[in-house]
Amino acid sequence: MIKIQNLVKNYGSIEAVKNISFTVEEGEIVGFLGPNGAGKSTVMNILTGYLSSTSGEVEVNGVNVLENPLDAKRQIGYLPEQPPLYPDMTVKEYLGFVFDLKGCKLPKKEHLAEICEVVKIKDVYNRVIRNLSKGYRQRVGIAQALIGNPKVVIFDEPTVGLDPKQIIEIRSLIRELGRHHTVILSTHILPEVQAVCDRIVIINRGRIVANEKTTEISRAVQGAGKMSVKICGPEKDVYSALRAIPGVQSVTVLGAQDADSITYYVESERGLDIRKVLFRTVAQKGWTMIGMEAMGVNLEDIFLSVVEDPADATAKKKNRKGGNV
Amino acid sequence: MLSLLKKELHSYFITPIGYVFVAVYLAVNGVLFTNLTLKATVPTTSVEAYFTSSVLALVLLVPLLTMRSFSEERKMKTDQLLLTAPISLGAMVGAKLLGAYIVYALTVVASSMNMIALGIYGATINYGAIFGSYLSLLLIGLACVSIGVFISALTENQLISAVMTMAFLLVIVYLSLFNSQIESDFLRTVLSWISLLDRYALFTYGIFDLSSLIYYLSIAGVFYFLTVRVFEKRRWG
Repeated sequence: MIKIQNLVKNYGSIEAVKNISFTVEEGEIVGFLGPNGAGKSTVMNILTGYLSSTSGEVEVNGVNVLENPLDAKRQIGYLPEQPPLYPDMTVKEYLGFVFDLKGCKLPKKEHLAEICEVVKIKDVYNRVIRNLSKGYRQRVGIAQALIGNPKVVIFDEPTVGLDPKQIIEIRSLIRELGRHHTVILSTHILPEVQAVCDRIVIINRGRIVANEKTTEISRAVQGAGKMSVKICGPEKDVYSALRAIPGVQSVTVLGAQDADSITYYVESERGLDIRKVLFRTVAQKGWTMIGMEAMGVNLEDIFLSVVEDPADATAKKKNRKGGNV
Repeated sequence: MLSLLKKELHSYFITPIGYVFVAVYLAVNGVLFTNLTLKATVPTTSVEAYFTSSVLALVLLVPLLTMRSFSEERKMKTDQLLLTAPISLGAMVGAKLLGAYIVYALTVVASSMNMIALGIYGATINYGAIFGSYLSLLLIGLACVSIGVFISALTENQLISAVMTMAFLLVIVYLSLFNSQIESDFLRTVLSWISLLDRYALFTYGIFDLSSLIYYLSIAGVFYFLTVRVFEKRRWG
């Protein structure tokens, strides 16, 4: 559906995008990750025809963006980082304008009603955009991108600044959209990618550093062998029992959160699942386990390890250790 | 392109800008008109003085009309919507230009009601001069609006856009006023050739000057083209 080949973009002497190639299949939801300044937005802007590439080919549904920009743009719905809204218009006027601007051939009233249904903005349809909350504005932005049923929908950080409930709603909305559209989603929020995307493309300093299926990355995450367990029992005995489990590399007492249970941080060998053994050990001793949570290498660790220089990454990790990332 | 034009016209009148422009333009022209014709020290039906000073109102008020044209879009990042929509740059700039110009042209046409008073209270009326003057107001306005739209494409700050446009228009319209201080004949000819006002004067006498018509249209064409180039350059930048 989307084919990017040897894409290069220079801003003067600065190489923002250095020879990027990847493809996105029809119906796929692809997460586009990268630190600020990695070239994410540049790639998206080239894809949507906002910018031109210095060299390389971009095809959307078989249409070359550079050679046939108008046809390519018809295939794409785009929600930029800041939704392109006219604050003085009502939602109705705005969506009507976008509909005309895109030159849609669909029946206008039905199509707009359908989209409002999907993004749930029916109750603000006649209100002025200036007065809408951030969550609603974001939805109007999404509605704008969906007008004309484009084959490809591109979202640039769609959940920034929303409250947790809205974030969950927007995510499930994007998941829903993935059924009928090809979706590219750029974000900094890693759990979001894990929750929503089929595939992850990580870009750094203008290059692709990872391009994996989310399930594969999740598997790597699960096998990582770091967990926190909450056990009711005498601290010293529990500690030595945990240490004695084969494969356990270290046990740290994190402390008591309530009267009778203590939380331990257990690290085991990579790729070894000790959860069952751990549970049985605790049960045999007659203690009670009231919580077990895999902390694992999360996506952030993977992200940092591919994105940063090795030396840089270790330093960062040390700094982060105490923090709740 | 029609959709964007519609939106442009609409947005002038869902914000105060359109109303302010129309009201102030009509008020200023009404005052100028009464004071320079029927209520002048020597009352006259000659409209020459009125039309010449009316240009000043145009120079000061057109920036109001064009200042937000592209500046606002860029500031609100709505230019991303326009530039990623399936319309060409030429159509986009054309719609913006035409939107501002239609508001201007309709206001000028509305201001022609001043002439009714002339018909009622004046005796001899030079219809040729009046018609020519309005035609040239419309033409000089087109040139000024295209300059304003061009400048608004350069900055995302409306105030800078307005002030720059005003300064630029003042210079290009009143360039020939410097002539009295210039020795060189050649330079004088050049300045009055460029000056929008000198060409305008011919029309107010009731003379139809084809070269001036082409001149105004060319100015509009050049700045239209330059505005398109601004966006092309930004895209390739």
